[in-house]
Amino acid sequence: MPEPPEFEHRLEIPADMGPPITGPNAFGDDPKRLWRLAWTLAVTDFKLRFFGSALGYLWTLMRPLMLFGVLYFVFAVLFNLGATAKFQPVALLLGIVMFQFLGEATQMSVRSLLQREALVRKIDFPLLAVPLAAVLTAIFSLVLNFIPITAFLLLSGGRPMLSWIEVPFLMLALALFAFGLACLLSSLFVRYRDIEPIWDVILQLLFYASPIIYPIQKILDDHRIPRSVPRLLMANPFAAIMQQARHAFVDPSHLDAAAALGQSWRVAVPICVTVGVAALGVFVFVRRTPSIAEGL
Amino acid sequence: MSDVRPEETAIVVDRVSKQFDLPREQVHTLKERFLHPLRSSQTDTLHALRDVSFDVRKGEFFGIAGRNGSGKSTLLKCVAGIYGTTAGDIYVKGQVSTFIELGVGFNPDLPASDNILLNATMLGLSPKESRSRIDSVLDFAELREFGDLKLKNYSSGMMVRLAFSVMIQVDAEVLIIDEVLAVGDAAFQQKCYDEFERIRRSGKTVLFVTHDMGAIRRFCDRAVLLEKGRLIAEGNPRDVGLRYLQLNFSAEARATERVAAEEQAKTVAQAAADGHAPPPAEPVVLTADDEVVVGQGGAEITEAWFEDEDGAPQLILNSNQVYAFAMRVRFTHDTDDPLFAVSVTTGSWQQIFGAASVYSDPCPGRFRAGEEVVWRAWFQNILGPDRYQVSCAVSLADGNHLQHRERMFSIVSATTRPTGSIVDIPYRLELQREGTTREMVS
Repeated sequence: MPEPPEFEHRLEIPADMGPPITGPNAFGDDPKRLWRLAWTLAVTDFKLRFFGSALGYLWTLMRPLMLFGVLYFVFAVLFNLGATAKFQPVALLLGIVMFQFLGEATQMSVRSLLQREALVRKIDFPLLAVPLAAVLTAIFSLVLNFIPITAFLLLSGGRPMLSWIEVPFLMLALALFAFGLACLLSSLFVRYRDIEPIWDVILQLLFYASPIIYPIQKILDDHRIPRSVPRLLMANPFAAIMQQARHAFVDPSHLDAAAALGQSWRVAVPICVTVGVAALGVFVFVRRTPSIAEGL
Repeated sequence: MSDVRPEETAIVVDRVSKQFDLPREQVHTLKERFLHPLRSSQTDTLHALRDVSFDVRKGEFFGIAGRNGSGKSTLLKCVAGIYGTTAGDIYVKGQVSTFIELGVGFNPDLPASDNILLNATMLGLSPKESRSRIDSVLDFAELREFGDLKLKNYSSGMMVRLAFSVMIQVDAEVLIIDEVLAVGDAAFQQKCYDEFERIRRSGKTVLFVTHDMGAIRRFCDRAVLLEKGRLIAEGNPRDVGLRYLQLNFSAEARATERVAAEEQAKTVAQAAADGHAPPPAEPVVLTADDEVVVGQGGAEITEAWFEDEDGAPQLILNSNQVYAFAMRVRFTHDTDDPLFAVSVTTGSWQQIFGAASVYSDPCPGRFRAGEEVVWRAWFQNILGPDRYQVSCAVSLADGNHLQHRERMFSIVSATTRPTGSIVDIPYRLELQREGTTREMVS
């Protein structure tokens, strides 16, 4: 087979053509399109999960409730860890549900680009919609899970408080943290496939490194533990946000983030970590965007 | 060609090259990266596109042809913005919609209406616009009563109809379409063709990638041909189509073609097994090793052979003797004035001899279903010594094949004097010398 002959072509680029196209794009030209795309993807995913089985919603609820049951029995009843603040079981459930959100959002996003390979390789769309959709789907579950928690709280004798207003903002902060991680994980997974098991291990660590089953008060009160330990634990955005949510939502007797950190200014640490992770995640995602479709 | 063609440029592809770096050893994990930090630098470079340039005017239906692996899909993905380019720039004016594949993002567990919503949103419509178009999509696809049926219960034909219907609902100025007409039953295919005509007339710019030269000739105003990542032809669809056929019938191409034919045969068989989609208009049925049988049916070529003047079948043809190509045709439908044809080609796919009843007088007349005829084409064999491929066909007056058996069998032409030429035309020699002319007998 001889080499095909060179084909010569003279081109003029008209002045009114505008700039050349940029190739794969993380944000797209229109932020609205990015948003509604992510929204549609998330809604579809959510529907699939719930309409797949008649008891779909109940099943998603069962997981945190089962875990709650076990942990409550072991740690609160057997070891009696939970006597530092009011409504400790509700606080435990809240912690579990919030952690489940973080786990779900990040674990779903790791494989999200691969799962949507058909879209990524065949349609030009803002790729950031993919991890965003994973986080949105997890937010839907989180919102639904607040229904039983609220019911549980009210049944335990809790009352609605003005500080509940804080809760949506806290959840948004958590979502931002999760989104940063989602961007980071999903884009790196395209190249490094062992991100998935590694992240599972890190999540496990994060679960026990957060004051979910043990109250942070216990750590602070224990004189054998150096003061730097609770500060380090609370630098983790998840721990700080969860602790603040317990304070705002369950009962003021739970330490707020500032108190758990020792000083108010230290709240800046988890905030900076959250913003930093989000910025890093988006930065890495944008940097990798051109090679995502080819790398899958 | 299109009625309106303002001389305004819609797409410019300016010296575009695209390379893929394929790691020689797949380094896919962090662990490997840490263990072998130096190894990952070794990559093979695949040049998918090399210095490709062309421009497309507004309102043009522009075809991109090429064999498998020629880079045409990569080019399309670059223009669509799915891949970045390694070198060169692409300019696109206006809103683009990409249809690399029909029904991208369709989810089998969701009903059709949800899938329409999803697909239309992916393609760039707002959710409100998508919702308002669900009905018209279902109507066009003739699937009104199946709107709430989950997609997994759809036949493949229904799925294609749905996907195509969504596609044409997206109003973009520039449409990028990759072989979407390959499937669907004949009636719906016709509808799609009609819709293509409409898109063409509406002044939209279409970039269309296909193997199907028929579609290129039918719809495209202009076309380019890619081979091994290079642009090797540009111009009117007919010339590009011819160039494509030349490429395709090179020996190398035939192997790929056969694989494709087998694939298509499988798809057709699958569709038939599903019991839903009637096979496409010209199904490809594989018979012998190299043979390709196409046609809409209605007549069958049951047998074909060469015979000498005494009617004895021959496998070797001697030079300058008279032979007949004969084929036995059985009609399975009533047929008026069918055409019979035979063509003899060399191994490099050059046609040497063709005989057809297209100019015959009187017309063959009407044949009843079940009738069997033998058609003969008598000729004097002047083929050079070689093995030749024989193809034959029965078609209707409008050119549609009832059955076309390509490369049905081969025949050997033998000759006592090797000339090195393709044909051995009878000749007479003469030598003139000092007033005397002597005939020379060879």
